[in-house]
Amino acid sequence: MSMVKRHAPLLVLAVVLLLLPLVLPNNFYYDIAIRMAINAIIVLGLNLLIGFAGQISLGHAGFVGIGAYASAILPTHFGWHPLVAMVAGAGIASAIAAIVARPIFRLKGHYLAMATLGLGIIIAIVIKNEATYTGGPDGMPVPALGVMGFEISGEKQWYWVLAGLLLFSFWASRNLIDSPFGRALRALHGSEVASQVMGVDVVRYKVAIFVLSAFFASLMGSITAHYIGFVTPNLADFFHSIELVTMVVVGGMASIYGSLIGAVLLTALPQALSTFEGWETVVFGVILMFCMIFMPKGLVPTLAARFGSREQGGD
Amino acid sequence: MALLEVDNLSIAFGGVKAVQNVSFAVDRGLVYSVIGPNGAGKTTLFNLITGVYTPSEGEIRLDGHSIAGAAPHELALRGMARTFQNLQICMNMSALENVMVGAHLQLDRNLVKAMLRFPGMARRDREMQEQARELMRFVGLEAYWTLGASSMPYGALKRLEIARALAAKPQILFLDEPAAGLNSKETAEIDELVRKVADSGITVVLVEHDMKMVMNISDRILVLDYGKKLTEGTAQEVRENPDVIAAYLGSNV
Amino acid sequence: MSQFLQFLFSGITVGATYALAALGFTLIYNASNVINFAQGEFIMLGGMLAFFFMQAGVPMPLAILLAITIPAVVGLLLEKLAIEPAHDADVVTLIIITIGASLVIRGLIQVWLGKGAHTYPAFSGNEPFLIGGATLLPQSLWVLGITALVVVALWYFFSRTLAGKAILATSCNPLAAQLVGVNTRWVLLISFALSAALGAIGGVLLTPITLTSYDVGIMLGLKGFVAVVVGGLGSGLGAVVGGLLVGIIEAMAAGYISSAYKDAVPFILILVILFFMPRGIFGAKVTERV
Repeated sequence: MSMVKRHAPLLVLAVVLLLLPLVLPNNFYYDIAIRMAINAIIVLGLNLLIGFAGQISLGHAGFVGIGAYASAILPTHFGWHPLVAMVAGAGIASAIAAIVARPIFRLKGHYLAMATLGLGIIIAIVIKNEATYTGGPDGMPVPALGVMGFEISGEKQWYWVLAGLLLFSFWASRNLIDSPFGRALRALHGSEVASQVMGVDVVRYKVAIFVLSAFFASLMGSITAHYIGFVTPNLADFFHSIELVTMVVVGGMASIYGSLIGAVLLTALPQALSTFEGWETVVFGVILMFCMIFMPKGLVPTLAARFGSREQGGD
Repeated sequence: MALLEVDNLSIAFGGVKAVQNVSFAVDRGLVYSVIGPNGAGKTTLFNLITGVYTPSEGEIRLDGHSIAGAAPHELALRGMARTFQNLQICMNMSALENVMVGAHLQLDRNLVKAMLRFPGMARRDREMQEQARELMRFVGLEAYWTLGASSMPYGALKRLEIARALAAKPQILFLDEPAAGLNSKETAEIDELVRKVADSGITVVLVEHDMKMVMNISDRILVLDYGKKLTEGTAQEVRENPDVIAAYLGSNV
Repeated sequence: MSQFLQFLFSGITVGATYALAALGFTLIYNASNVINFAQGEFIMLGGMLAFFFMQAGVPMPLAILLAITIPAVVGLLLEKLAIEPAHDADVVTLIIITIGASLVIRGLIQVWLGKGAHTYPAFSGNEPFLIGGATLLPQSLWVLGITALVVVALWYFFSRTLAGKAILATSCNPLAAQLVGVNTRWVLLISFALSAALGAIGGVLLTPITLTSYDVGIMLGLKGFVAVVVGGLGSGLGAVVGGLLVGIIEAMAAGYISSAYKDAVPFILILVILFFMPRGIFGAKVTERV
């Protein structure tokens, strides 16, 4: 792929992110943009697992919760510096992912889905029950994130932090997908047996990408915690896990920019439906079904196939 | 010492003894074919040697090292490559990328370095692309190198698998029915390709039903029947063996 | 001892519901290789609809009948509108479709009937029996009795009737079944309808004991799935045994270890089973031909 073609979408994204503040009228819109960016990064990591490697995780919000609560608990109860807590949270999430991944990824299909589901639910229940540390169902406040006395506060500052993180995540994901590691991952999805005989230790790769996506999720959980200033157990619950999977699936599996689109659309949706609480669930469900039946590859790949050439290989 | 030595190899699936006490040796640089009626256990034998199945009994030695029960990805490290009877092409990737995966072990596979785009990664990737293109030319697929694997016809995909296997720079290549499903023209092309591969110094082990191709191309032939070794020898010897003729009663030799 | 019996009784009671849900999962899985994540919502529908009709003045037997047949119709719709159009999609896609369906069903009930918890009178009163120092509610006996009847009826249906055998044939080999004249499309529809009805029956029976609300379906369904995995995917006997086991283990753990983590127990159980015995107790072996 030529240099320009490779970097064009990233440049476009950078330009959009730079110019966006000019059209955002007030903090409310900054807030939505920030939440979209947070979701996009989590979804990016999840997409590497689901779309590119062809696996599934129905409990990913659990990792988001671990990061969020690490950033809440460790500074508050143990006096740790928020940045250290963030790294520790990501470390815990990665460790849990690494431990359960090996046995889990020997399974396929429904079993894999159920195992990840079970993991996510267990994490959510633990968070809800250990009230002395976590504040229980009501949640707990989170101290501000800062370094050397400078604290990130206010929507505008957070916007730039997230814009930078978003660009970095997209750049890093693009690099990963085009690399030998990324090819092995996609080959694994295409044919496990073939990739094995080519020297790909399939289980190790599945574990690696699961851990990586858990790492992304946890970091963004921490960011969310510091941004909102408060954490509640529903960050880690089953519905949140389904929301994340929906974003992957609607935007486009195995599509980096699909992750962005999916996150943007499905973060905006609850805002639009905020007065119709029950309908939010129904609409989500309808969208999921509709997309999976008629556009199983997701929006971006389906549109790309419609208007693109016979060329292939992710985007 | 032969490159590949198989000693008393056996495997049973439930009550079915798919392979029973099979022993043979393949010398370096030869084209060695395994033939037998349907259900004789040829693909099972392949799967045993290439690590897809674990034998219940017996020894397999590659280059003197014991490999029975090793996982397929470990065998790739030892210079073993194979193609599949039922085609295992990654349809979600481009033709070129499929070939590049073959060279997987020759590249830096580190995740962090990849994400951060360490210097040298991009250059090595471009080099690998060139090599992959060369290989596609070698197998006669230069027309397809910009295309997705899913847009390629069956015959081309069979050759793509061979290109992918060659990308691994193997010392021994296992071809599982490379001519299956091909017409006579395509079969002749595969015949020629296998010769080219063998001439380049790679030891080839072949499972094939097309007798014309087998007799044409093989240095030695192993005949299996009902999972057991029937006989082994040169094309001439095998062709004239009465037991072989009896086992194949009715088919064209 | 009486404490043990108490936990045992409550475990078997809820275990029977899990068993019904598990049978529903198994039925659909055998007919179509789909794991129906919406199965739990059928349980919820059974309870909620029974409540709704009784509250609207409908006599109890009719209300219960409606509470079972309407979910069956919903099951039919699910198959027709969501599963059939996507019949050759891959596993992940189908899982997500059924999750979407469960969201739709749950959301609609939430909008229509609200978020409150509801119940209705037990079938034969609330006077508990005293057995070995433990109390056993009459409703529990209804749950166990009806479930046992249903299991026997299903067994008879599948092993003695032509229709039942047709369904089994389809699950073994759809193409072969079609070739001998089995209408596989009907089989699929019936499987979904029957599976929904099974779930609904469980919901109807359990509500007087545990109450019902718009979101009971998630946990009940998921635990039903745990039962399937424990018993072995595809095995009817496994579904029943698995359901009872999950119910009992959950009750024992909640009683003897910690009631706060009661809900986590089935999921810990499923991870343990998936790690050490993925085929479950009665499950079949599967190999891939290369």
